[in-house]
Amino acid sequence: MKISYNWIKEYLDLNVKPADLAEKIERTSVEVDGVTTPSDGLKKIVVGHVLSLEAHPDSDHLHVCQVDVGEDEPLQIVCGAPNVAAGQNVIVALPGSRIADNVKIKKSKMRGVPSAGMICALQEIGFPEDVVPKDYVDGIYVLPEDATPGDAVYDYLGMNDSLIDLDVTPNRGDMLSLYGTLHDLAAIYDKPVKLDHPEVKEDGTAIADQLAVHVDDALSPQYRMRLVKNVKLAPSPMWLQIRLWNAGMRPINNVVDITNYIMLKYGQPLHAFDYDKFNGEDVYVRTAKAGEKLTTLDENDHDLDENDIVIADQKGPIALAGVMGGLDASIQDGTTTVAIESAVFEHDHIRKAAQRHNLHTDASQRFERGVNQAGVQEALDAAAQMMNELADGEVQKGSVVGSSNIPDSAVIDITLTHVNAILGTELTMDQVSHILESLGFEVAVNDDTLTVTVAVRRNDIHIPADLLEEIARIYGYDQLPATLPTGRMTMGTLTMKQRLMRATRHSLEGLGLNQAISYALTTEEKAKMFMMQDSETTNLAWPMSVDHAVLRMNVVSGLLDDIAYNSARKVKDVALYEQGRVFYREDGNDRPSEEEHIAGAITGTLMPEAWNQPAQPVDFFQMKGIVAAYLKDMVVNGDVTYEPNADMPEMHPGRTADVLVHGHRIGFLGQIHPLIAKQFKIGATYVFELNLQAIIDMPKQENQYDVISRYPAITRDIAMLVDDDVTNDQVVALIERRGGAFLQSVKLFDVYDGVKVPKGKKSLAYTLTYQDKHETLVDDAVTQAFDKVSKRLEDDLGAQIR
Amino acid sequence: MSLKDKLSELRQRGLADIKESSDLKDVNQVRVQLLGKKGPITEVLRGMRDLDAEERPKVGAFANEIRDDLANALAKRKEELEKAVLNAQLAKETIDVTLPGTPVAKGEPHVIQQIVDQIEDLFLGMGYQVLSGPEVEEDKYNFEMMNLPKNHPARDMQDTFYITKEILMRTQTSPMQARTLEKHDFSKGPLKMISPGVVYRRDTDDPTHSHQFHQVEGLVIDKHVTMADLKGTLQVLAHELFGDKFDVRLRPSYFPFTEPSVEADITCFNCGGKGCKVCKNTGWIEVLGAGMVHPNVLKMAGVDPDVYGGFAFGVGPDRFAMLKYGVDDIRNFYLNDVRFLTQFTKKG
Ligand SMILES: [Zn+2]
Repeated sequence: MKISYNWIKEYLDLNVKPADLAEKIERTSVEVDGVTTPSDGLKKIVVGHVLSLEAHPDSDHLHVCQVDVGEDEPLQIVCGAPNVAAGQNVIVALPGSRIADNVKIKKSKMRGVPSAGMICALQEIGFPEDVVPKDYVDGIYVLPEDATPGDAVYDYLGMNDSLIDLDVTPNRGDMLSLYGTLHDLAAIYDKPVKLDHPEVKEDGTAIADQLAVHVDDALSPQYRMRLVKNVKLAPSPMWLQIRLWNAGMRPINNVVDITNYIMLKYGQPLHAFDYDKFNGEDVYVRTAKAGEKLTTLDENDHDLDENDIVIADQKGPIALAGVMGGLDASIQDGTTTVAIESAVFEHDHIRKAAQRHNLHTDASQRFERGVNQAGVQEALDAAAQMMNELADGEVQKGSVVGSSNIPDSAVIDITLTHVNAILGTELTMDQVSHILESLGFEVAVNDDTLTVTVAVRRNDIHIPADLLEEIARIYGYDQLPATLPTGRMTMGTLTMKQRLMRATRHSLEGLGLNQAISYALTTEEKAKMFMMQDSETTNLAWPMSVDHAVLRMNVVSGLLDDIAYNSARKVKDVALYEQGRVFYREDGNDRPSEEEHIAGAITGTLMPEAWNQPAQPVDFFQMKGIVAAYLKDMVVNGDVTYEPNADMPEMHPGRTADVLVHGHRIGFLGQIHPLIAKQFKIGATYVFELNLQAIIDMPKQENQYDVISRYPAITRDIAMLVDDDVTNDQVVALIERRGGAFLQSVKLFDVYDGVKVPKGKKSLAYTLTYQDKHETLVDDAVTQAFDKVSKRLEDDLGAQIR
Repeated sequence: MSLKDKLSELRQRGLADIKESSDLKDVNQVRVQLLGKKGPITEVLRGMRDLDAEERPKVGAFANEIRDDLANALAKRKEELEKAVLNAQLAKETIDVTLPGTPVAKGEPHVIQQIVDQIEDLFLGMGYQVLSGPEVEEDKYNFEMMNLPKNHPARDMQDTFYITKEILMRTQTSPMQARTLEKHDFSKGPLKMISPGVVYRRDTDDPTHSHQFHQVEGLVIDKHVTMADLKGTLQVLAHELFGDKFDVRLRPSYFPFTEPSVEADITCFNCGGKGCKVCKNTGWIEVLGAGMVHPNVLKMAGVDPDVYGGFAFGVGPDRFAMLKYGVDDIRNFYLNDVRFLTQFTKKG
């Protein structure tokens, strides 16, 4: 809500600049979105009096006007507005002036006719279109007759006021009004505030003879109406229009404007009905019946249901209570008798109605947060009195009251000891009671205890903690000391799981992968890719888009999205890892289980091309090396093995391996299927995904010292031809099993299946290292062992030793 | 010419030859010439047979002295020449040290991870535990136990991805606070925790909104925790993340789970507090929400609010990263352009 600095000053004797006032409000009450002065940035915009005008010789819509701007000679200005006329006072942007959006106005020619400036519409000097009175939306604005040519226009239009835009939190509905804001400012500045109270001049006959209201007080705890007869609809006086448009509301006519003005002033939304449009003399406040319809003021049709509160006459709904009035019974040309409604509606119904009908209005916003229930009648009286003063209306005698459940004030006990113990302050009883009294609360002190009677308008205060907030903020958060919690010592350590998760990230970064964080919500199709176990999908009930509708059951597909994003931006070498959760759901459970995974993806090259190093495209074995090094870092206790897996639909059937620890499958690695690469629009990409939770849960190796032998090692190389389907694992396993007691390691150093080997065969070459921990090995012993293993390779694997 | 004179002359000539030798081959030749079996010194020593028994040891000693001198001179010359050869070799091996180093593969932690780690480390040092909870939560923990009953208007402030009526994507990491509060045994000491993690809101992604982002929430519950302690803790956090010259100010705010509730601003990065476009001329930038835990939250978790109380705060690492590094589009954090990711080299 935008609140006027000038309006505040009418009630409170403040000697602070608008910006300082705004800062104080922000620090003490509610957030301020900004302070604006509408005339800021404008220059040389004055009142002009149109002396005469004639048609432009070369245009059918332009007029050439002679305009008195308070100087010796009138200015000739060409104007295209349809509503310009001789005798008007208008807004003139002089040559050299600056209008909205920093546009400069110069002398110019329009279709050959010189034009010294511009006659302006309100929008052209910065008014938002939705506050400009309807009559002037499509043309220039006409100033009052008594405006003086040559004067700056700003004061005539209220543009020198400063407007403080309050961003009111849901608990501070009271701040959505001038009066509510004044109460807070009175406490902040410790100054008295003088609020005016209306005295209604009544006339005519008793309202009770003309109108009856029937109210369900669960829906509307207070419902009051007054009747004003013989009103003369007219534009409101300038001061009232200025109040409205500076608050962001469009002036309509005096009757409607008064209801809006009272809402701004008291925070109490009012509604004005055309009494003569009522069917009968009875008004009902009830829930809507299924099938009922209403056309609201904005000319939209709404289907109502039993969750909506409506105001109805004998025939049907005439307003959506607390949200918006109906078109049929609204104030229109020809209205003479006005029924003013001042009420309180149950906030939950209003909030839901505003949502259901997508009608978030100034009224619904206030009813949702709660209005000052002690001021409902006063707002009604003030409106009626203004209709008498500004629209010549006769206020009928009395009000009709359908319900009048005014809540009791909250009474809260709090001790000074408690205040200081929670805030960490050393406030005195005087300080605390003074703060509470300055907010308009009644305070009774008894020893250490304050008994506080809270003003009804502050419907957010119920418990001692609420009072603590009032005391703290008015005292000033800046004045609070800054300390750290004392008390018993606690240990701050990471759990083993947290440490291993950090170690996982550090390991993979050390291996060259950058950490990515991708979206966990993805498409249904991608959620189901690269599955490591069976699972149902977990779908959002109301996703914002199909791109983020289902929880992922793999991490790789998100990394492929990332690679696609890079690839589309011509970044060809991408190496990423991601640590994150996947979501598996069992049929029949609403909630998925969450499992920590670790995944990686590389496309292009890991090691970039350089002047001394050719580009080396990533391949299966590089990714396998990364996975192996990472698993070594995790010190899992058990052999890590890799088994071919040709059955994952998203993976290359010949270049994919399951990763097993101690025979237990923890994930996979390999090249993604070329069709998947095509689908993501990316190049050849190698990926892995492991169940990190499983790795965390696995037993870890104890690091035990292994004696390093002082005795020399002996190496023997062996090369052999084997059938293509014999794997390295088979060969190594056999050598390790049959290599003898002194075999220390087996290392593959060559694989060859080129032209020199027969078809269907491949050549493998290994270095075998032998060592004794306790003495120098003799050659003979090694030769014996070596021959034995060679024989085994021939017998068991059909190898031809070369 | 006496033997002694002969030897003296030999020394003279030998040293001169050594000095003149210009490469290792020369040196070797000179050595063979002077000290070899057929060399002059051997010859002189052979002539000792003709000397008196008295003279013999003197000349012998002198001859040995000369042999040593020559041998030393030869060794020295050899070393000099070897050094010269090596130096010439090294000079030939000179490279352009300004050529770029060979690239190595090195990955970086995500910038948001870096901020989360930094926050974790700070609070670990102050005796907090780090606890992470489920991302798919129950309405009960995400909202109800946070003092946000089903029809609470503040639920509109955070639009939620529901999965079913009771199951949702957590909108904050505070459900973990409720879960921990329920279980904590206060006889064993105060509860001091932070809960980092990913949270979700029903938002359309744009430069300032993301349907997925991060949060770190903190909670301290004990017998004598004050709002001044909250202020001090937030100051420490701001100083750790941004530097000592950043001030913290608290402003009233509203959260259903705290009372009093505050928002904390820190000095604007861009202008240092003088006021600029970034801070809307206030000199301050909003960075986090906090407050004293609402008695209802304690009660619902089975903790007696008349005995225990404390503070809670919530910070957004995404927002921190945007402010700290001037990142103008939050989507950058989740699209993972490597040119973006590799800019944030981890410090320390
Ligand atoms: Zn700034």
